[in-house]
Amino acid sequence: MLSAQQFQGQALSWQVQGGVIELALHREPCNELGSLSLLEFEKFASALDHLERDAHTLILYSELKCGFCAGADLRELYQQSQTRGELQASRGVRDFLERIHRVLNRIDGAPLTTIAAVHGVTFGGGLELALACDLIIADKMARFCFPELRLGLIPGFGGIPRLKRDLGNAFVRDLLLTGRSVNATKAQQVGLVSQVVGEGEALRSARATAAQVGKFDRQTSLTAKRFIKPIPLDELRKEIDIFCELFARSAVQAGLKKFVESRDAQPYLP
Amino acid sequence: MTFMETAEKTLDQILTLAAAHFKVPREELSPDEDFFKALRIDSLQTLDLLTKLENHFRVELPDYELQGVTDFRTLATKIQARL
Repeated sequence: MLSAQQFQGQALSWQVQGGVIELALHREPCNELGSLSLLEFEKFASALDHLERDAHTLILYSELKCGFCAGADLRELYQQSQTRGELQASRGVRDFLERIHRVLNRIDGAPLTTIAAVHGVTFGGGLELALACDLIIADKMARFCFPELRLGLIPGFGGIPRLKRDLGNAFVRDLLLTGRSVNATKAQQVGLVSQVVGEGEALRSARATAAQVGKFDRQTSLTAKRFIKPIPLDELRKEIDIFCELFARSAVQAGLKKFVESRDAQPYLP
Repeated sequence: MTFMETAEKTLDQILTLAAAHFKVPREELSPDEDFFKALRIDSLQTLDLLTKLENHFRVELPDYELQGVTDFRTLATKIQARL
């Protein structure tokens, strides 16, 4: 179902109320971002042209207990790389990345104040989605990670340029090069998260923040946002090239295979 | 308090926290038990446990240091080393 004001999809839904667009993620098992999610995100990006006329804030959150988002759908990525030829798989990956970059750039630059209300797992592509937002409000049980190097890849949805835009390079290197996950308190200490709230309180706090944001003149908020939050387009483009270059290596296929076929209780740990 | 006493206290707190968070009777958990089996948790829930412990003890536990750790006692040793 698609209308300007609300949408109920298989991976996400949105509705607008009182100047606030709320986009909920709800694709089991943990909002993995694959072709279905991308299609629905593209619908959302198109609908934003209408939605943003009457709104001042966008809130992204997850309805699933496991967390905000576990990142890219690695099972789908692996299956597609197995069923397509090498060249076709490589083109498919580039096409997917370019499409998701368009969506995230649209959210990043939206003339709204955008808030990611996160809890639990906020990994890889999930963290990259949150990083496209202006503010991250985190449940104290939220956990952040860029695990891509474990697979022989780098984050591909704009993670490095956006993290580098927002934080000190030392922490970017720590997160990226160790692949370790950090909790919400640490994420707030380094400036990634703007507010840490109690368990189950992230969405409520995001709504309270939206109510505050709505008090300000929208044009002034937009001017301030454009001044302080440039989109690092050149680096984002470079990131796609590097990702595609790495993806062609056989070590990546081996890493994906290992992850997908793992029966280990700790596949998320290095 | 001696190091051994502190370590035992840490271990006891881990068992209590884990039991409460995953709704398992505290008396069913023992220090040398495999916590994946005892708590019936998967990898994502393990991250919940890690966050719970970090928040409680106010430490950072890099997850790569926990690779291969499966029992509560070893987990307590890892936390103790960061207190």
